[in-house]
Amino acid sequence: MNRVLPGFAVSLGYTITVLTALLVIPLVALSIKAAELSPAQFMAAAWSERARSTYYLSFGASAVAASINVMIGMLLAWVLVRYDFWGRRFLDALIDLPFALPTAVAGLVFSLLLVKNGWYGQFLIPLGIQGAYSRLGIIVVLVFVGLPFVVRTVQPVLESLEGDTEEAAAMLGANRWQTMRHVLLPAVRPSLMTGFALSFARGIGEYGSVIFISGNMPYKTEIAPVLIVARLEEFSFAEANSIAVVLVVLSLVSLAAVNWLERRSRRYAS
Amino acid sequence: MHPSSMRIKKSVGAMVATEPFWLRALLIGAAYLIIGALILVPIVYVFVQAFAEGWTGYINNLVRDKDTLHSIWLTLSVAPLAVLFNTVLGIAAAWCLTRFKFPGRTLLVTLLDVPFAISPVVVGLMFLMLFGMQGFFGPTLQQWGVKIVFAWPGLVLATTFVTLPFVARELIPLMESLGDEEEVAAVSLGANPWQLFWRITLPNIKWGLVYGMIQCNARAIGEFGAVYVISGHIAGETDTMPLRVEKLFQEYNNPGSFAVASLLTLMALGTLLGKYVLELWIARQIASHQSDVEGT
Repeated sequence: MNRVLPGFAVSLGYTITVLTALLVIPLVALSIKAAELSPAQFMAAAWSERARSTYYLSFGASAVAASINVMIGMLLAWVLVRYDFWGRRFLDALIDLPFALPTAVAGLVFSLLLVKNGWYGQFLIPLGIQGAYSRLGIIVVLVFVGLPFVVRTVQPVLESLEGDTEEAAAMLGANRWQTMRHVLLPAVRPSLMTGFALSFARGIGEYGSVIFISGNMPYKTEIAPVLIVARLEEFSFAEANSIAVVLVVLSLVSLAAVNWLERRSRRYAS
Repeated sequence: MHPSSMRIKKSVGAMVATEPFWLRALLIGAAYLIIGALILVPIVYVFVQAFAEGWTGYINNLVRDKDTLHSIWLTLSVAPLAVLFNTVLGIAAAWCLTRFKFPGRTLLVTLLDVPFAISPVVVGLMFLMLFGMQGFFGPTLQQWGVKIVFAWPGLVLATTFVTLPFVARELIPLMESLGDEEEVAAVSLGANPWQLFWRITLPNIKWGLVYGMIQCNARAIGEFGAVYVISGHIAGETDTMPLRVEKLFQEYNNPGSFAVASLLTLMALGTLLGKYVLELWIARQIASHQSDVEGT
């Protein structure tokens, strides 16, 4: 307890009041509303075949997109930290665009780029790659939305790694691949996982970009937030609440799991 | 914990490049390809589409459409309010979390991160269940004639929630690394809380604060899911710019939709530029500070 500095009661009181009003009370209200249903009604609303298909898609597409982000994020971070080349600073500044650009704009643009006459679609669709109104399209926008997370968590770690560990490994006879696997990867693994978790969480909640590109077909390209909105627009509030509660619980559980894995790998890394 | 997203760039000179040339070229080429296809081409595409009918068409799409003009005004009035609320909260939260030890501290840090873990659509739904007609306070609010849902206050509320962690996340690691020595010294020299904040704390954290506010603002402008649910997306009344983009797209008015999208893209590019300048500025300050220290 710091006894010299002023403002403890005021700042803490304000923070707790705001968090209670904005966060705790609304979450409790949502749970109470969902609890008004009997267990059988709740299951019928939140665990119907259509609802289950949206959870699979939301979590599946987010996991795939976050994995892709781990791979290309690692590549981008590596290139931006280790190599000096023409346009490096420009590329580095552009990485943050998905954070700054409204996701609705991203959804709009990618849906039109990937249709039959679009800039990308005219080449991809003859190859059988159907980007717009498909699950693939959902993954594309989720990769876009989550791209900066992995790059920005891995970059500082790579910058702080001095070359001497790698040099030592090389001196001891390790080839580049062995150095990569046994020296670099363990050092960046925790930050890769943080990046994965952030990108994954963002993907599960994402709505604004997905509605443009997915076509929102039940059982096929409908994600959980879209189903919540569909139920709301039918005035089925209890159903919307139940699906929302399941979505919140599932995302908190999966985030806790990823955080636990991350802490474990951080312990092994140190 | 989220890492602070502010990055002070290191010089490139100390890099070790042991990969063969062909591999380096391949990786750099891949980086250009990824950023080009995912980021650069979409930016160009927005402006190509927005100007498909030329300058006059572009201006007409923005100015002649009353609902579009209203959405621009609405976004520009909601986002700064959300930034203001979250700046006050961020400073208060960072102050009590970094300057004092108390039970429940970890819980508070975790709570601050929760808005990142909840889908914006669910955020909108939560406020609907509180203030909507089928919500807990809805009927009472209607008796009093207070409109929150499908109205401006609901937009501010939802946007504030979604952008809640940004400023606090930037300030907490910064104030932790700064330590409290200067502040303790100021207090023991007789500074009152007002002087302490304006003369010591704020000058020390101002750039981190600005950085957090820039990010908060960008996210507030772009918020879609939460405002989509809470606003009822009524054209000319509660449609913000991102909602307007969607509505025009649904109405098959692509040039109009892309005109609004181009404004949002310009704002995003402005955000990137602001962050870039700020990072350069801070790096220079640190460098000059270091040379001062070495000089003495």
